[in-house]
Amino acid sequence: MFFQLAWRNLWRNPKRTLILLTAVVIGIWAMIVIGTLMRGISAQMVRHGIATLTGHVQIHRLGYRADPVVENSILDPQKVTERFPGLLPAGTRWAPRIRVPAIAGNARHTAGVNLVGIDPLAEKGVSFIGTAVAEGEYLKPEDERSILIGKALADQFDTGLGKKLVLMSQDTNQEIASRAYRISGIYRAELEATEKEFVFVTLPAAAGMLRLGRGISEISLLFPAEGISEAAAARLRDTFAGTDLEISTWRQLLAMISGVLELYDGIIFIWFLVIFVAMGFGIVNTFLMAVLERLREFGLLKALGMKPGWIVRQVLVESLLLLLIGQIVGSSLGLLSYWGLARTGIDLSAVAEGMEYVGMTRMIFPVLLPRDALTANLVVFLLGLLVSVYPAVKAGKVTPAKALAGG
Amino acid sequence: MKMVLCRGLRKIYRQGKMDVVALDGIDLAIGKGEFVALAGPSGSGKTTLLNLIGGLDRPDEGEIHLQDQLINDMDQSRLAELRLRQIGFVFQAFNLIPVLSATENVEFILLLQGVEAGERRQRARAILDDVGLEGLYDRRPAELSGGQQQRVAVARAIVSDPAIVLADEPTANLDSTTGQGLLEMMKEMNEKKRVTFIFSTHDAMVMDYARRLILLHDGRIVEDRQKEGK
Amino acid sequence: MFSLDAKMAWRNLWRNPRRSILTLAAIAFATLLLVFMLSWQFGSYETMINAAVKGSTGHLQVQARDYHEKKEMEMVIDDPEAVAALIESLPEVTAFTFRGAAFALAASEERTYGTAILGIDAQRENRVSELKARVRDGHYLQGDEGYTAFLGGILAANLRVVPGDEITLLGQGRDGSVAATAVTVSGTFRTGQDIIDRATLYLRLEDFQETFAMAGAVHQIVIVGRTLDAVPRIKAALQSGIARLGRDRELVVLDWSELAPGLLQSIKLDLVSGFIFYLILIVVVAFSILNTFLMVVLERGREFGVLLAIGVTPQRLSRLLLLESAALTALGLISGILLGSLVTWYYQVHGIVFSGASEMLRQFGLPERIYPRLSLLSIAVGAGLVFVITWLTALYPAGRVKRISILEAMKQ
Repeated sequence: MFFQLAWRNLWRNPKRTLILLTAVVIGIWAMIVIGTLMRGISAQMVRHGIATLTGHVQIHRLGYRADPVVENSILDPQKVTERFPGLLPAGTRWAPRIRVPAIAGNARHTAGVNLVGIDPLAEKGVSFIGTAVAEGEYLKPEDERSILIGKALADQFDTGLGKKLVLMSQDTNQEIASRAYRISGIYRAELEATEKEFVFVTLPAAAGMLRLGRGISEISLLFPAEGISEAAAARLRDTFAGTDLEISTWRQLLAMISGVLELYDGIIFIWFLVIFVAMGFGIVNTFLMAVLERLREFGLLKALGMKPGWIVRQVLVESLLLLLIGQIVGSSLGLLSYWGLARTGIDLSAVAEGMEYVGMTRMIFPVLLPRDALTANLVVFLLGLLVSVYPAVKAGKVTPAKALAGG
Repeated sequence: MKMVLCRGLRKIYRQGKMDVVALDGIDLAIGKGEFVALAGPSGSGKTTLLNLIGGLDRPDEGEIHLQDQLINDMDQSRLAELRLRQIGFVFQAFNLIPVLSATENVEFILLLQGVEAGERRQRARAILDDVGLEGLYDRRPAELSGGQQQRVAVARAIVSDPAIVLADEPTANLDSTTGQGLLEMMKEMNEKKRVTFIFSTHDAMVMDYARRLILLHDGRIVEDRQKEGK
Repeated sequence: MFSLDAKMAWRNLWRNPRRSILTLAAIAFATLLLVFMLSWQFGSYETMINAAVKGSTGHLQVQARDYHEKKEMEMVIDDPEAVAALIESLPEVTAFTFRGAAFALAASEERTYGTAILGIDAQRENRVSELKARVRDGHYLQGDEGYTAFLGGILAANLRVVPGDEITLLGQGRDGSVAATAVTVSGTFRTGQDIIDRATLYLRLEDFQETFAMAGAVHQIVIVGRTLDAVPRIKAALQSGIARLGRDRELVVLDWSELAPGLLQSIKLDLVSGFIFYLILIVVVAFSILNTFLMVVLERGREFGVLLAIGVTPQRLSRLLLLESAALTALGLISGILLGSLVTWYYQVHGIVFSGASEMLRQFGLPERIYPRLSLLSIAVGAGLVFVITWLTALYPAGRVKRISILEAMKQ
């Protein structure tokens, strides 16, 4: 009954209702779309961070993260990985790596790089490098002379496939070890910085050069879903408690990205509030108008014996109805825009260097978090009702005599 | 020269699915300085006729001449100009501009006519004195009684020396004493300034004041006679 | 002297003060937000540019052609003093310095790391960058201490050295020869940017030139001008000066946007995304206040009917309405600008800290506290955007009033 009455009252002045509805719809739509874009940017940063040799969880020897050298290696990785089955969910993939700072050089150039020794097969499902080779070919297991380098490094060094590259680093005896490799593949990455930072050889090649035996620097794990990272890390920590192993999640490893995620949470919420305030003025004003021009009617209802509480409720139900319609339409439009944008992605190549400068990739795919859509709707709904209380109480306070005389 | 000349006026309104004939062949001539009452029961076409003469509405058939100008098919801006300079309106519900004082309401017309500021004020005050409102110049409409408001409305209507003043039931919202006072004043203006007045009414007391009484019924003139006004 | 029209507009505004104030508040809110946000953006750009300029690039650099892309040791500026004389003659240059850059292995007793080696003029560098202020342990390079090194804190920790320890450097000279030397650690620094603190080692320029067989040449001449605005003028003057020296085929002048192209683009990106946010915001505001503007017209139909009847032209009527909207908009804008300036000014003095972002800011060499910068531009752009949208909103009801039918209006 209240709803029916409210519904009819809303359409007594369709133009006014439609205008306010438009404000609510645009507001909700903007909240959702901007939310998905920001989540898309952060998801892309996370995805990229995880793929760039981080994984969901990493295992290191204690001390390696602060001082990433060969001394701080996991000497017997077998002992670690043999505990994985049963401990970690099915579908978990992991890759052992040797990772140390090194110097790459050819006849004319030298530069600091990160030497990464990988198990080519295990690595394929874990990090980006398995699918990143653009020229030449990927590493083969047991190949001790081949090296993969990034396109940007190849350009900087004026070098290419088949050419020689010398790597120098400190071995376990604290001697300078050096070895010449043949460039067998050139990879592309989303950021130039990545292409300049990492060079890849096989595990045996790196171990041989550094006299590391079976030792490795890290084990990178990738779970079937990102969501279980924390739980899995906790189980690993329990299992390896008391050893000199350190278990880190990507949130710990990528402190900067974690900071950005936190920041985005705040920005999205502030954005929701700002948009709400912008439409809040419209809600108050419109309902105030609607109420004031119906004062006579409310006075009459009161004269007929309606209690003030009912009148307040009546106005609130009208507001609620309008908010709900706006929310449904706005959310639907938001979802549609999200689907449209998610299919093609947003190409920001035009400002690629700017994106790279702030550590973002050039394509953005919006990501819809149900939590954001829910928060947006909740903000509008609750605050919307809250600001409608003023006009509603105003309507409830009218005295029959005054309304009938003055209207 | 006739102030108003109507020939064969017809006006039909659609009300729902029915056609309502508001005016059904009106022929009428009103000369300068007349003081005319349009009388008849409600729905007889008084207001429609006033609206047509004032250029607020257009007839479906027939001609309306105002001081020998055919106004039937003037465009909106010419009609506005005509209303501004040659016609004064007085409405039943006073209809002053609520945010302007008495003087400013009158001045507003002169402003629209492009009269310069000093003269505007002077003329507005003088006309307010004429209609008996000296000393109330700066009151806003809300601070004036109904009778006083209607006097301001008359002052506003005649300040620009229009050819005719059209008044639609000017006393309907006033008590009878105030109404009589207003009519006395209108008549005085009519005599002193030779302003032509046409007003509609269904009040016998008001008809008494008129020197010419036109009786309408179902959109036709059923009686038109000169008489001794009060 | 106010005209009757203006008086009418003003008084009409206050016939329904609550409604006018709410509408005014909506306009003021949008203006406040825009003024603050734009000031914030401009302020952070200035901080970003200053950080990059002071941290490494300077406003301008003179380099050998192609050096910026290839960073090859042999792409040098020979006889830098000739160019220096030219730079000194430019009035808008406040400071400049020479730098040499190489890559080498740095080895302590226990550890070996690859690191960038920069040769700097200890005195002049000071006036260009803030290196000296970043000392963590020991002290900055001193003119009279030969073969000393000033290196990043993380690098020192990795090498396990403290001031007084010795480091051996092994690299490649300008001519391709082996460059090797031993240096004593004079001090370490901390910029907060891991990428710098992990792999940067400074030498005195003369030691650098000696070690890497530079024969008196340098790789960069870093220049700081009086203001950012002076950069294009300095650049033009330098280019023509270099041409007069007959060295324009050999040397190029790069400004900060060329030295750090990502910086400029990221600023543009931020500006564009900011404007999208603002536009959405103001459209929502516009729809919020459209109702008020429109209601004013609808509920005053009778009044408008009377005005039209007494001879006011529809054009004049819509002008009257626009005057009302303009007064309201102006009030909203003024209060928005005042409040926005106050808020901005408060934060301009106290700065803003983003709890989650300090790590990120540090990695970009930015201070933890960001200061918005109130400027005529941010006020003008912010208020201008709101003005345009509000005005467009006001046009709709003002246009509607032209189509009003007198008789319909008077019937109300």
